[in-house]
Amino acid sequence: MSPDAAPILEVSGVVKRFGGFHALDGLSFHVSPGEILGLVGPNGSGKTTAINVISGLYAPDAGSVSFAQTQVGGMASHKLVHLGINRTFQVPKPFMSLTVKQNVEVARTYGGATDKSPPMADLLEEYRLADVANRPASDLTNAQQKMLDLVRALATQPKLLLLDELAAGLNPTELDWIAGRIKALAQGGLAIIVVEHLMGFIEQITDRVIVMNAGKEIFEGTLAVAVKVPQVIEVFLGGEHAA
Amino acid sequence: MPDTVRHYLFIAVPLLVVLAVAPSVYNNHLLLFNFVIFFILAQGVNIIYGFTGYLPFGYVGFFGAGAYGFAIMVMHLNAPAPLAVLVGGAVAVVLGLILTPLLRLSGAYFSIANLAAALAVLHLIANPALEQITKGPYGVALNGTFNPTMAYAGGILILALTLGIVVYLKNSSFGLALQAVREDSFSASMSGVSVVRMRTIAWRASALVAGLAGGVFAWYVSVFYPDNVFSADFSIFAIVFALFGGVATISGPLIGVIILYGIYNLIGFTTPQYFQLIYGLLIMALVLFLPAGLVSLATRRGWNVP
Ligand SMILES: Nc1ncnc2c1ncn2[C@@H]1O[C@H](COP(=O)(O)OP(=O)(O)O)[C@@H](O)[C@H]1O
Ligand SMILES: [Mg+2]
Repeated sequence: MSPDAAPILEVSGVVKRFGGFHALDGLSFHVSPGEILGLVGPNGSGKTTAINVISGLYAPDAGSVSFAQTQVGGMASHKLVHLGINRTFQVPKPFMSLTVKQNVEVARTYGGATDKSPPMADLLEEYRLADVANRPASDLTNAQQKMLDLVRALATQPKLLLLDELAAGLNPTELDWIAGRIKALAQGGLAIIVVEHLMGFIEQITDRVIVMNAGKEIFEGTLAVAVKVPQVIEVFLGGEHAA
Repeated sequence: MPDTVRHYLFIAVPLLVVLAVAPSVYNNHLLLFNFVIFFILAQGVNIIYGFTGYLPFGYVGFFGAGAYGFAIMVMHLNAPAPLAVLVGGAVAVVLGLILTPLLRLSGAYFSIANLAAALAVLHLIANPALEQITKGPYGVALNGTFNPTMAYAGGILILALTLGIVVYLKNSSFGLALQAVREDSFSASMSGVSVVRMRTIAWRASALVAGLAGGVFAWYVSVFYPDNVFSADFSIFAIVFALFGGVATISGPLIGVIILYGIYNLIGFTTPQYFQLIYGLLIMALVLFLPAGLVSLATRRGWNVP
């Protein structure tokens, strides 16, 4: 499918407040099936919050989230999963005392997997977890736990996948490998949103990026253009100075 | 052989058979009955705590509600005892329904609110203003249904049901999903699990078995006061036994009851001063060295404990 297909996700004017603080302040963007959209911005700009709202952890305080022509803002997460939205976590959140297999088993059973779903063994093999299939998730390295998060998400056969800093902490070979996996998923028709700090990685895999600052998008387009926009440069430099 | 069948065959059935024949070879009938009650309650704690992570300090509330459900059916409606036991279970489930909002609390907040709820039920039932219905603080005497042999058999049936529930949880995708909710509720919902629904079902199942146990206890003892059937000892013992053996397993809570309630009865009555000491030390050692219970001695070595 081409990235020019009609959007599957449309976020418009979304506001999310924590107390008086606007973590999202009128965020709008869209993503289409087969497209890889990068979501970049300094720490605290609201990238994770955006993913949390889209995946149902928080209801938006204003604005709308529409997925496959359905209004989904504020819908319970498990229902969103059944509609086809899934995600990974910046800090991986597997079921620690359950084995890798059991982790995936839960998602396959409750996430609406069908006969067409990839078999568990293939998924574990593909994401390099076959050797640890019977170990508790707590035994895995951070990188393996991230892959387990991803496999758990894929086991529910999502149409939209939100990846929150999946590549952080991977070595260069692993980075190339996971970039290839993500691209292959998009080629299969999945819409993917990637939050990442590594600009090389973003450049390698995304079709388009949204640059966020203070809960709003300040740029939309290709990364090559983004890095020449003064406002974007300032946000990143300002962010680094502040950090 | 599927695991479910093995668990029935090698854990549930032997225990039930031993308990069924025990009265014919051992004459302390009340003690055997108490074992049955604690097997049920420890497994009831296992259902809610082991599989969902909610520690019910007020678990006795369901037990007491079941006992009074039984008593009211017998006193006012002349109901046959087995029916009254079932009503006891139903009363506890209704109490569980009323207390469902507690599941929104987490950790110690849930435990304390649950404890408060059990006290509230106790004081409602023991209220002299309700003497016409509950006999208030003066207690009930149900001589008409007194039949320890039948009550004991009823207890074994309820234990069988309880073990059935735990074996199911241990082996089903439903039980696995419950454990997923316990480990990380948001990841569980991102696996498509309806977290609220899961917790509610487990909560009601554990209320049901405690209510049935309370009903059959009332049948067995036939004379009791509110303070007896709402005694915090029931909650504490059931929780300690379950944790000592190891929750989220079938055998852990059973082992906990056999060892700790066994010790309690061996030395508790003859030399209470030593009992308190040994019990206290055991529990401290457990919390310090074996927080996941006795079964973790085996699971740490990679053995799978049913
Ligand atoms: N649950 C929360 N409660 C309060 N503030 C929050 C919460 N989640 C995020 N925030 C705040 O919202 C802002 C955006 O956070 P986040 O979305 O995690 O940023 P990013 O992922 O872009 O680094 C930060 O200032 C953060 O402190
Ligand atoms: Mg973040």
